[in-house]
Amino acid sequence: MNTTGEAKEGDVILKLENIHMAFGKVAALNGVDLEVRKGEIHSIIGPNGAGKTVMMNCINGLYHPQEGNIFFKGQRINNLAPHKIAALGIGRTFQKLELYGGMTVTENIRMGSHIHLKANILNGSIYVGGVKKEEIEDRKFIEEEIIDLLEIESIRDQVAHMLPYGSQKRVELGRALALRPEVILLDEPMAGLNLEEVEDMARFILDINEEKRWKITCVLVEHDMGVVMDISHRVLVLDFGNIVADGTPAEVGKNPKVVKAYLGEEDLYATRR
Amino acid sequence: MAEEIEVTEDLTIPQVFLKRCKEYGARKVAMREKEFGVWLPYTWQDYYDRVKYLCLGMVSLGLKRGDKVAMIGDNRPEGVWAEMAAMCAGAIPVWLFQDCMMDEVKYIIDHSDSKFLVGETQEEVDKALAIMPDCPKLEYVIWDDPKGMRRYHQPNLKSIIKTQELGKELDKKEPDLFEKMINEGHGQEICLLFYTSGTTALPKGALLTHYNMLSMGKNLMAVDPCYDTDDFVSYLPFAWIGEQMMSISCGLLMGYTLNFPEEPETSQHNIREIGPHVMFAAPRLYEGLTRQVQVKYLDATWIKRKAYEVATKIGYHVADLKFEKKPIPWHWKALNYFAYVIMQKKLKDHLGMSRLRHCYTGGAAMGPEHFRFFHALGVNLKQIYGQTEVAGISVTHRDGDIKFDTVGTPIPETEVKITEDGEIISKSPSVFQGYYKNDEATKKTLKDGWLHSGDTGFIDDDGHLVVFDRTKDVLKLKDGRPFAPQYLEARLKFSPYIQDAWVIGDKLPYVTAVMCIDYSVVGKWADEHKINYTSYPELSQDPRVYDLVQKQIEEANKALPEPARIHKFVNLYKAFDADDDELTRTSKLRRGFMEERYKDIVETLYKDADMVHLDMTITYEDGREQPIKIDLRIQEITV
Repeated sequence: MNTTGEAKEGDVILKLENIHMAFGKVAALNGVDLEVRKGEIHSIIGPNGAGKTVMMNCINGLYHPQEGNIFFKGQRINNLAPHKIAALGIGRTFQKLELYGGMTVTENIRMGSHIHLKANILNGSIYVGGVKKEEIEDRKFIEEEIIDLLEIESIRDQVAHMLPYGSQKRVELGRALALRPEVILLDEPMAGLNLEEVEDMARFILDINEEKRWKITCVLVEHDMGVVMDISHRVLVLDFGNIVADGTPAEVGKNPKVVKAYLGEEDLYATRR
Repeated sequence: MAEEIEVTEDLTIPQVFLKRCKEYGARKVAMREKEFGVWLPYTWQDYYDRVKYLCLGMVSLGLKRGDKVAMIGDNRPEGVWAEMAAMCAGAIPVWLFQDCMMDEVKYIIDHSDSKFLVGETQEEVDKALAIMPDCPKLEYVIWDDPKGMRRYHQPNLKSIIKTQELGKELDKKEPDLFEKMINEGHGQEICLLFYTSGTTALPKGALLTHYNMLSMGKNLMAVDPCYDTDDFVSYLPFAWIGEQMMSISCGLLMGYTLNFPEEPETSQHNIREIGPHVMFAAPRLYEGLTRQVQVKYLDATWIKRKAYEVATKIGYHVADLKFEKKPIPWHWKALNYFAYVIMQKKLKDHLGMSRLRHCYTGGAAMGPEHFRFFHALGVNLKQIYGQTEVAGISVTHRDGDIKFDTVGTPIPETEVKITEDGEIISKSPSVFQGYYKNDEATKKTLKDGWLHSGDTGFIDDDGHLVVFDRTKDVLKLKDGRPFAPQYLEARLKFSPYIQDAWVIGDKLPYVTAVMCIDYSVVGKWADEHKINYTSYPELSQDPRVYDLVQKQIEEANKALPEPARIHKFVNLYKAFDADDDELTRTSKLRRGFMEERYKDIVETLYKDADMVHLDMTITYEDGREQPIKIDLRIQEITV
């Protein structure tokens, strides 16, 4: 594993070792290992309550695992606060939307890039020199890279809570991108979307993963098996906090345990297809 | 003011383009595009450079005089550059509607023998790649938006930038080639192959010359002049002749600035930002604006509603005086100014109509209610009548001579007559040259230089043309009287709750209608009345929504003679859509097709039944189909 801080394509960028996390007597994660390589889309699948979101929460510091280690580019990040982990380059979206409902789309996205702005209350209030330049650059980045990518030009000035669910999901992704992360944790980005919106979201995920401009490593928790099998490089299957399988979509798809426990259920696998 | 250009039979569009580019250079903005949230300007020098290198790039890829270049995409500078580049090389541009289904794209590309296709995004490239095996004459596909194109490496795909680089190389070798090609052109050569929207059959390719297009621009500008300081917002499809007339013919002759919206969804907002001086749109847009105002009115506070009511009352009175060509007494002028201050000024600003000198509607019928509405606001809305085959329009209203039941009087150099059968025919320098590879249709349409429109109408005592509509669309009521369903449909659409209506009743015992509710307006009404719904089909079938629609129909029925009144109606489970072939790409109802598609509904409307079961398929834009089964209620109205 690379420990210099600059990971190359294919290097393990995010590593979870023997993670244990229990709530009272309920073990949500029971010795989970995960190795996410730079440039990959690594999906985590499993039935409800398998521990997928708990894993996300452990990675971005909302939960601190009771046992085990989490490394990001070689640095142990177990006990860091979420904002510090965000500053290191791990962004995320939430299964249940966590937007600032009263703010506009642009304002929500700008919140994501706030961590990179150096202005303070003093020079910000007189708006001179570097502050102005910094703000113009930030605006340019949000408009040219994020709003254009997510095709949300027509709603940029609308208040977030007034938007349809599918649009709010895009805004969440936009805010996470504004953080300019190296790794993005996507917690069920397709849930509740219609077929067309699912296709759009899958396209955006591929774009941020493949486009030279972004090249973001993605950790994707998703129930839509069709999408997971189509776009992932690797898939980890969880069941009640235990790993059932971890490999390429083809390997996982053939794993008898997985087929029996999860993929075999036709209605789940078929989802929207 | 722009230097006047004399339109002769020798002059070509690229020659006008060249002249304007040399006249204005980098001093004046030729076009703007809203991109990344800001308006990006392109000067005439930028316009020249982009067109020149794209043209030479295509030439180095093998484009020859007379070849066809198909184009598809939203309104954007690159679209105009590609069209102009093709024309400069002596090739013939062919525009396709951006939301064309695969079959239509294939038909037009193949029928037109297109050698190049200039698309905008990955979506158009995908369409092109899918049809390439069936269209062997198509050699190159040029695209301009790199989004999603990282995995496309086919040798016959080129980006606009790459093509322009090829052009730059060719320019180094042959620096005079571009202008030489422009100067070789002649006004009587074909400059556009324009596929008609086809209300009745497969699209036909109308051949238009440079002289057709330029004389069109000249004659329209003689009626309502524009200036090079004007702004025009280009947002209607380029595949619609009206947009070509405004953006190309008039735009180049007058030198005004074209403005391109950021996205089709943002056009209304972008129009407001620009505040154009001249506007051209299909009735659908004006109907949408009217609905928007009516809905905002219902939402407004008491004081604002009162101000609106007072100002509209004054506005309507003054507008009616103008329609009747009566003098406006000084106190009404004063009151009208008061109405302007308290309401019209603000509302016009919201609609982006503050600077508007003229605006036109055409392409389909628009009801008098909408017409009066805009004139009561002080907006100079005029009707036009035209078609692809005349390179734009042949008839329009003149300032101070507006009758909303007519389409006005012929523009200069245009003769309009009515044949013994009542068909409208016209003759002008803009009349097209015939249909591409369709002599039979050409013979039917062009007789001794007269263009047979297929529309019926008459010329009234004031010399105004009255258009009945497509001959075959006129209904015969039970008492034998002819009746234009569009008239009733337009009245129905004045209600903010109704997005679309289809009136049926040809040679049938009574008149019925299929209604499409406006989802957002009726949805809001449902929220206020605590009606729960999850989707358009569910909302449309709610009995309370039926009662709401019935009220709107009863209102429209009032002004009609008994045989023309609607007796029964059904709310459709969706709005009419061009993707389902129910509308043309210019939003006209395709009645013949609808009668076939909704045969069950039509039959049940004339039976003693209160429910119709539908079992059919809807088509998505990418061609996927989905079956749908639904029961629709039929409601009777006492007339």
